[in-house]
Amino acid sequence: MTGLPDAAIATQLTPPSSAAAKRRRGRDGPWRRFARLVLPPVALFIVLVLLVELVVVSLGIPPFVLASPSAIWAQLVQYAPQVLQATLATGLNALIGLVIGAVIGVVLAIVASLIRAIDGMLAPVVAAVAVVPIVAVAPVLYTMFGSTSEVSRIIIASIAAFVPVFLNTLRGLRQVRPVHRDLMRSYSASSWQETRSVTIPSALPHFFTGLRIASSLAVISALVAEYFGGPRQGLGSAITTAAASSAYARAWAFVIGAILLGLVFFALTSLIERLASRHR
Amino acid sequence: MSSPAPQPTTGPTPAAAPTTTPADAAEAVVVRGVERIFVGAKGATVTALTGIDLTVHDGEFVSLIGPSGCGKSTLLRLIADLDEPTEGDIRVFGRTARQARVDQAYGIAFQQAGLLPWRSVAANIELPLQLHGVSSADRKARVAELVELVGLTDFARHYPDQLSGGMQQRVAIARSLAERPRLLLMDEPFGALDEMTRERMQTELLRIRAETGAAVVFVTHSIPEAVYLSDRVVVMSPRPGRITDEIDVRLGEAAERGEDLREDAAFFAGVTAVREALHGPQAAAAAGAARGVDVR
Repeated sequence: MTGLPDAAIATQLTPPSSAAAKRRRGRDGPWRRFARLVLPPVALFIVLVLLVELVVVSLGIPPFVLASPSAIWAQLVQYAPQVLQATLATGLNALIGLVIGAVIGVVLAIVASLIRAIDGMLAPVVAAVAVVPIVAVAPVLYTMFGSTSEVSRIIIASIAAFVPVFLNTLRGLRQVRPVHRDLMRSYSASSWQETRSVTIPSALPHFFTGLRIASSLAVISALVAEYFGGPRQGLGSAITTAAASSAYARAWAFVIGAILLGLVFFALTSLIERLASRHR
Repeated sequence: MSSPAPQPTTGPTPAAAPTTTPADAAEAVVVRGVERIFVGAKGATVTALTGIDLTVHDGEFVSLIGPSGCGKSTLLRLIADLDEPTEGDIRVFGRTARQARVDQAYGIAFQQAGLLPWRSVAANIELPLQLHGVSSADRKARVAELVELVGLTDFARHYPDQLSGGMQQRVAIARSLAERPRLLLMDEPFGALDEMTRERMQTELLRIRAETGAAVVFVTHSIPEAVYLSDRVVVMSPRPGRITDEIDVRLGEAAERGEDLREDAAFFAGVTAVREALHGPQAAAAAGAARGVDVR
């Protein structure tokens, strides 16, 4: 036993289960918290939709200026299978691009963290890639890979995803605290043991932060790349097609599909990030 | 010294260099003529330590005390082989500092607890055992002993971010004891704690030390802490870092020291002696008078 009076221990920490639970749930139960977090934005959204509907109908605004929410909703219901299909097509490109970009980003970050010369070589290249709007190379890639191939879109998504994953992971790999390094040295740990026990766990939350940022970029890039040509499937193609045939409400219906796709990517990667950085 | 008697406690390693005398091997730490010079960015040099001679006997509690920049932490890092001396020789249980580190002859605790936040309390304590290939069953048994020793049995499955600073430091101490070292190196382990927690931790450290019988090298800049804990206080001074005095303060066996000791005359005498060694006699007299007014 400690040799301490129980009161002394008690002052060091309120009962841990409740303290931990408090951090996880806030002061209220999960439903109260859900209501507090989710209801206000939903209410705001509904109010805005109603307001737009009211303005469009009462002022008689033509659909090519602003489609009314009810018309968009009708189109969304009518074209639900097409919206879903287009969302899946774009989502698949974004997902493959995200995975490829993340893998390359992690591998290069590891190499750069180990070899300073490589880091020096990569830094300016990555900076250049980061500032170029990568969808701008889409037309070139369509010529390279043919207009029936999805490869160009996947490449664009992966390049967009690569940058934040690389930068954040590299930063994470350098976050090992000096006290941990001293500790591993005092244990005469091998460099592999140090990598596995300290370096990778220190870097993981940073990697997931990069992945969260990359997920949105991958979706946006895969979608915008469709504006520049290639096969006529996916949300970007559908939006341009609908707009070109003056079906503005349908174009907005596909935009809603794009919003939902982006939210799914963002929510999933945010969840992973939170799980990975629970104990920091 | 020159007798060819067999070395009594060389431990498992045959690597003790021929220069090691049997007497050295019986000591926990022997530092001889150590100097550490850091080379700055523009070739400027800083002499962190010079002419350091220090012996820590087996089972002895020695505090290194001095103002910031006197090299006390540097000296501890040299003994731990986390840094290498520019000059001089360091022996830990008769082995070179490097060999002692490789053999895991010491346990170490830093000012920051330095726990791995993604590991539970038990997994943190287990870390050194795991790295050195101790079997899972043995690890579990040892961790159970250690969490009990530091009074954290109920918190074994908690994570460091769920613990107070004092509790984290207790986990770090348990971790440093995991491999039953005969030497503990502690670099201001209680420096970041509040005064009340700090006094409790000191009393606990004395108890743990009495149970394990390990030698301790303890870096601190608190005079009462050094006096309360130590058998011997080594006073250091900066620019360049060197040892200026050594004061025996043994206030009784570690196990018998309690909170009462903090109000004992012998304790104040020790505090005054260390303060004089640090600041010179006048400063100590003034401070002593002020203390008299405060306490009663």
